[in-house]
Amino acid sequence: MVGLLDRRLVFVTGKGGVGKTTVAAALALFASEHGRRTLLCEVDAKGDVASFLESGPTSFTAHEALPQLWAMSMDTEASLREYLRLNLRIPVVGRIGPLAKAFDFVATAAPGVREILTVGKLCYEVREKHYDLVVVDAPATGHIVGQLTAPQAINELVKVGLIRSQTDWMLDILSDPQQTALAIVTTPEEMPVNETIELAERVGKETTVELASVIVNRVLPELFGRSEEEVFDQLCRKTTTAELERLVGEDPSPVLDAARLAVTLRRTHAGHLERLRSAIDTSVPMLYLPFLFARYHGLRSIRQVARSLGEELGF
Amino acid sequence: MANRRAPAAAVRHGSLDGLLASREIIVACGPGGVGKTTTAAAAAAMAAAHGGGKVLVLTVDPARRLADALGLEGIGNTERRVPDEAFASAGIKPRGELYAAMLDTKESWDALIRHHAPDERTRDEILANPLYRNISGRFVQSHDYIAMERLFEIHAEGAYDLIVVDTPPTRNALDFLDAPERMADFFSSRLLRWLIVPYRSRLVNFASRPFYQVADRILGTQFLADIAEFFILFQTMYDGFVERARSVQRLLADRRTSFIVVSTLETVPLREAEYFAQAISERKLHLGAIVLNKVLPAYLRDPKGADVAEQLRDRSEEIAGTIATELAGAEPAQIRRVLAEIGQNYMDYRIVAQSEAEKQAELSTAAETLVSIPYFETDVHDFAGLMRLGAGLWDE
Repeated sequence: MVGLLDRRLVFVTGKGGVGKTTVAAALALFASEHGRRTLLCEVDAKGDVASFLESGPTSFTAHEALPQLWAMSMDTEASLREYLRLNLRIPVVGRIGPLAKAFDFVATAAPGVREILTVGKLCYEVREKHYDLVVVDAPATGHIVGQLTAPQAINELVKVGLIRSQTDWMLDILSDPQQTALAIVTTPEEMPVNETIELAERVGKETTVELASVIVNRVLPELFGRSEEEVFDQLCRKTTTAELERLVGEDPSPVLDAARLAVTLRRTHAGHLERLRSAIDTSVPMLYLPFLFARYHGLRSIRQVARSLGEELGF
Repeated sequence: MANRRAPAAAVRHGSLDGLLASREIIVACGPGGVGKTTTAAAAAAMAAAHGGGKVLVLTVDPARRLADALGLEGIGNTERRVPDEAFASAGIKPRGELYAAMLDTKESWDALIRHHAPDERTRDEILANPLYRNISGRFVQSHDYIAMERLFEIHAEGAYDLIVVDTPPTRNALDFLDAPERMADFFSSRLLRWLIVPYRSRLVNFASRPFYQVADRILGTQFLADIAEFFILFQTMYDGFVERARSVQRLLADRRTSFIVVSTLETVPLREAEYFAQAISERKLHLGAIVLNKVLPAYLRDPKGADVAEQLRDRSEEIAGTIATELAGAEPAQIRRVLAEIGQNYMDYRIVAQSEAEKQAELSTAAETLVSIPYFETDVHDFAGLMRLGAGLWDE
């Protein structure tokens, strides 16, 4: 399988709350630090990319947030304007009337318009080779299939016309595993794992995009092995706890409780990870990123995640 | 150390029982992945168990696990009673009755069309229109409005004392509130007239010709025809739709309805939650509470705990040597590693717990009530688990 960094277009999706934007930003940062001119695009423009890169707000016009790393946020209306200007040589304003209002209307009425303008812009950047790699902070698991299949859906709906011919080259890019890949981000928790398994199945059945990797975020460290756990169990006995308290001068139970919490969480997570591994095709690599015990999540933590991601990718 | 403010003390611990006892509708909003659906179900279950009356939880999230936890195999668009055995499994004899329903977008849209269509022919033509089928089936945005429409319908039937609704985890989950205005804009727009005219009169007037030529080049004739047909048909239902949307809006703005925002204390979900809280307030809706899920236990912020943890980590060798005699068959080196690990572990978790407590304190000004649900080490997978989570919402 082609490595993630050797593709041209990587969609990063995941259930809400698993750190999808963090991983997309880290992947883009890592690629840019390894010589790829990289574009990071936030599709669901909530401003998370801007806050993670700490480089000011993003817009439809990409800006170089860090060396070799450009950031943009999707704006489907701006995408339409660009499309009309580039492909049809239609002036942005003028005889078509108030485009903004019209656009909102058409986009809501005609299904898939927003999706196609998003995918279209991303594929356009790939086709024009403006960047070596385009990393997409894509819609969450519930919406990604609709996004990736928009060109097909439009193809079915629109039988003739310019849009029809335009979707053909998009489909070529999306269906080519040398160029395009999907990565699903999850955490080792029940619901994210369930959604990842379901999504992996749907991606295989309903889309032409290759699932190139499942990235497990926030994996807790293993505190100790089996024999050490026995030692820990003994430490928790009343007599030993009393002895510990005598030695350190305070009640050690918060520390023991915290260790118990960590061990239990880790064990619950391990069960979900096993389930995930056995459900995902063995040809799809799984990457593991550690939980960050951090005060705040910004550029500093993105750098940490990027380092871990690099190690997992074999750099 | 003694006069350092304990962050937890600054936050008033609230509960949802007041809201659940006094409102008819509770709408749960918030980012994805924070346990919103489970929280909504737990709130409804607690209301049915302890408050009484007929309580319905209406969910949009097709989560099989919730259905399992409620003892229902595949809940559907119509409400189904949660059997009392489910409560019994958690050792509870409920005062009231709990019902659950899951929103089927396509089915709900079809029902709406059947309701508003002026005649059978229009109804059948709309239901068969390719554009309509796409909107109602494939694309997710239509969830938002239809969820509230269904809520309105169920509420109007009057069968339930309390309805707890779960919303989709997207920002535009609140867009349904603007639905009447958007719909009115929609149907009165010049663009729509331009689109429809050629199909209605087979005569392209001078003003719309340039537009029409462009649209035709981009979209193709067949697609334009589908759009036009769709809107010509839809216009017959316009008045009914807009009026209905206004009624939905009024119901949500009424004091019978209260919104709760569910989140965790992680950076990204929390930012989303603040957005929701603000959006609710701006629309002059009632923000009843912010519910914080998966809150780390307070013992992680105990200054004495940190002191112990540091000693265990830094004096691990000495302590291991002293207590080795207490532990059967353990090497001092092994004990030393365990002590150092658990000390470091405490300090790691403490960083996260402290950061969370500070964020929680900041939030206390955003809503009248702040409710926190503790972090459970295992997932909710049965009714007892749901009730255990619900206990965090209840003040008893």
